[in-house]
Amino acid sequence: MTLLGNLALWLALLVGIWGALAGFVGGRAGRPDLARSARHAVFAMCGALLVAVVSLEWALFQHDFNVEYVAAYTSRNLPVFYTWSALYAGQKGSLLFWATVLSLFGSLALVLTPRHHRELLPYVAGVVALVAAFFVSVMLFGGANPFQRLPYTPLDGNGLNPQLQNPGMVFHPPMLYLGYISITIPFAFAIAALLSKRLDTDWLVAIRKWTLLSWLFLSIGICLGMWWAYVELGWGGYWAWDPVENASLLPWLTMTAFLHSVMIQEKRGMLKKWNLALIIGSWLLSIFGTFITRSGVISSVHSFTQSSVGYFFLAFLIVTGTASFALYTSRLPLLTAEARLESMVSREASFLFNNLLFIGIAFSVLWGTLFPILSELVQGTKVTVGPPFFNQVNIPLGLALLALTGIGPLIAWRRASVPNLQRQFAVPATAGLFTALILLVAGMRDFYALMAISLGGFVMGTVVQEFARGARARHRQYGEGYALALGRLLARNRRRYGGYVVHTGIVILFVAFAGMAFKTETEASLRPGESASIKSPYGWTYRLTHLGISQYDALNRQVTAATLEVSRDGKRLGVLTTEKRQHVDALGRPTFQPSTEVGIRSDLREDLYIVLGGVVNGTEQAVFRFTINPLVWWVWYGGMIIALGGLIVMWPGGAPAAKRAQAGYSVRLVGEDR
Amino acid sequence: MTVTRRHDGEVHLSRRAFLTLGAGSFLTVVASWRRVPQQPDSLPGTGPAGRLWDPSRAGRPLEPVTAADNDAVIQAIEKQLHCTCGCNLDVYTCRTTDFTCTVSPAMHQHVVGLAEQGMTGQQIVDQFVREHGVAILMAPPKRGFNLAGYFVPSVLIVAAGVVLTLVLRRWARTMAPDAVPARPPAAAATPEELERLRGELDRLSV
Repeated sequence: MTLLGNLALWLALLVGIWGALAGFVGGRAGRPDLARSARHAVFAMCGALLVAVVSLEWALFQHDFNVEYVAAYTSRNLPVFYTWSALYAGQKGSLLFWATVLSLFGSLALVLTPRHHRELLPYVAGVVALVAAFFVSVMLFGGANPFQRLPYTPLDGNGLNPQLQNPGMVFHPPMLYLGYISITIPFAFAIAALLSKRLDTDWLVAIRKWTLLSWLFLSIGICLGMWWAYVELGWGGYWAWDPVENASLLPWLTMTAFLHSVMIQEKRGMLKKWNLALIIGSWLLSIFGTFITRSGVISSVHSFTQSSVGYFFLAFLIVTGTASFALYTSRLPLLTAEARLESMVSREASFLFNNLLFIGIAFSVLWGTLFPILSELVQGTKVTVGPPFFNQVNIPLGLALLALTGIGPLIAWRRASVPNLQRQFAVPATAGLFTALILLVAGMRDFYALMAISLGGFVMGTVVQEFARGARARHRQYGEGYALALGRLLARNRRRYGGYVVHTGIVILFVAFAGMAFKTETEASLRPGESASIKSPYGWTYRLTHLGISQYDALNRQVTAATLEVSRDGKRLGVLTTEKRQHVDALGRPTFQPSTEVGIRSDLREDLYIVLGGVVNGTEQAVFRFTINPLVWWVWYGGMIIALGGLIVMWPGGAPAAKRAQAGYSVRLVGEDR
Repeated sequence: MTVTRRHDGEVHLSRRAFLTLGAGSFLTVVASWRRVPQQPDSLPGTGPAGRLWDPSRAGRPLEPVTAADNDAVIQAIEKQLHCTCGCNLDVYTCRTTDFTCTVSPAMHQHVVGLAEQGMTGQQIVDQFVREHGVAILMAPPKRGFNLAGYFVPSVLIVAAGVVLTLVLRRWARTMAPDAVPARPPAAAATPEELERLRGELDRLSV
């Protein structure tokens, strides 16, 4: 099967190169035969790469340890679930996964895009084939061939890193990859629009679903990554501003900026240059993220092994970045706005400031990530840029963005009058101030936490007001009950109200982040029967009694489990178990350093987070770390609500987009300006 | 006891000799078993810590937690120091998370030792910088080129905000109502019509 896999990779490369050539020449020369050939090349590439994926999975499930990749990432006793996910656990397999999904998305885009965009499609096929061919060429010429064989056959493989043996890790990487990969489709359409000079708003309509899909995958992938880091890594947090985490955040920020600014282009024909730059920039950031993860240029716990693959990505990044922006610059004269801003106090202006903040945060994250390299270049000294730096720079910007999340929807398109502003801001501002007052009276003095929760109150005031007004309007207009009116409001205008659902998720996330300001932790070494106490920020006290340690063998690991009885203010809550796991191969040989499994007791208010550090002198006297993390569940709820909002926005149907795009307000309510 | 060696080399044992040998072995085993000292009880919560069946499975042996390990001042210092094991974490987080790491516990002991010598938090941090360079700090010190690290994003965002404001104001002035061709006078509408229009606009708007 590895021979078949290798053949499939070569076929994919050759077909990809042909597809790229045929696409660009066919589009430029207006030759339908070449355009058709480019389209078929993408389909053929997809088929060849799927064959390669099946070949690799076959080798993984057959435990063909003569294949270097199979020996490096699996073992005979690895659960089936993780054997399957080993496909993208390593550098080589993930490159194959990337190229395959890209060709699949490209094929879907070519099939699903309406025919009236056919002038763009040859170029789209060309770009997709080119990018996918690049990934295949990295596998074949960059020393990253997943089908490479060893000169001997080990009895068993190394097995999968224990930290990757977690359900979160099965879904988190593919979600992020899907997010990264799907950005290529809007990028391909943007390049197609630039090459074909069809720079009206039409191409934006073609990519709307793809941009949302990409944003949704990135959002889910980032949230799953946070969850995995929290339950698996054992450090008691979910975001550490690690370079690889930052790399996933960068395209998410620029894509979110795009999803806002594209509304201005659709409604007013403005910001054409800006939107194109955002799409190109987002795609380049996704390639930059891949470069960071795979080059080893910046140290990160998440990185793949350092290899020459990074140089390929750096070269690709430079070449495609230069080519894209050269093309963009050459088309600037064609990208004139159809309308101009009428007032500083308008939704358009608020969206522009929102974009400024999104891009500003993206820049500051990128700047912080690259600053160690820059410092070494300029002053010859390598510095560490850790969470204190990122928090100091980004928390104020994040809070400003949260404020704009509430302000934007309250300001009318084109021009807002003073009475209109008073009417719109009264309820949300009161909600924000009231929240701040309650928190101050309750004794909260942490400035950032206070601001985050108060601004959250303000944004929720905006969201509730928007839903209430919409439902009331339907109730008056059509006599619908309020529940039905709310449902229909959401169903009829999914983009607007789905967006508000996303804003609700964002508020919940910010409030949950603020909760971490009140994190408390302590260490204790306990013999069986001994107890330790930890005080919660809510005022109560947890008592944790060490019940003892048991050791037993499980599927592919030797487990040392410590059990603790948990009580709160004298009331017994139950028992929690935390483990040390020594993973072994099928021959019983240890494969990795012992890993930690955290014991977590969650409720809506806080998490009790217990880590077994180890034992003292081989006895049952164990070292524990106890942490109380307030509001962590809200991070996961916030993530789910964001995903739900994204799905609502994406769901097919609702009011026709094209009509809405041209709707624009050409009327002003009489008396509105008075 | 009769033990005979046959011509083919095999040892032949009589029944009596076999039974005597068996009984003797059994008694020896029982006696030696009774002489083994009783292991401490390892049942959960019933007494002193028993030995684990296989301590190597529980990772690196650890020392009992001391008061210094939970000292807020020590923790605050360690949160400023970067563990040099390659983990990207601060010393406190690494030593309380990656229990296989031997670097962060050593750095922790160093911090505790310096604190016991009477050094203040800043003096301890400075000592680490002298020993390891500024890369030991979790965030670069705010001096020299590092200031660019802290302030370039904020300065650029503020500058871009000012430029954006100026550009928008210019655009807005050029599009001010008196610069726009006069619109036909709006027809008066009843409050009911206004409310209906508002509802329709709410429904249509994005």
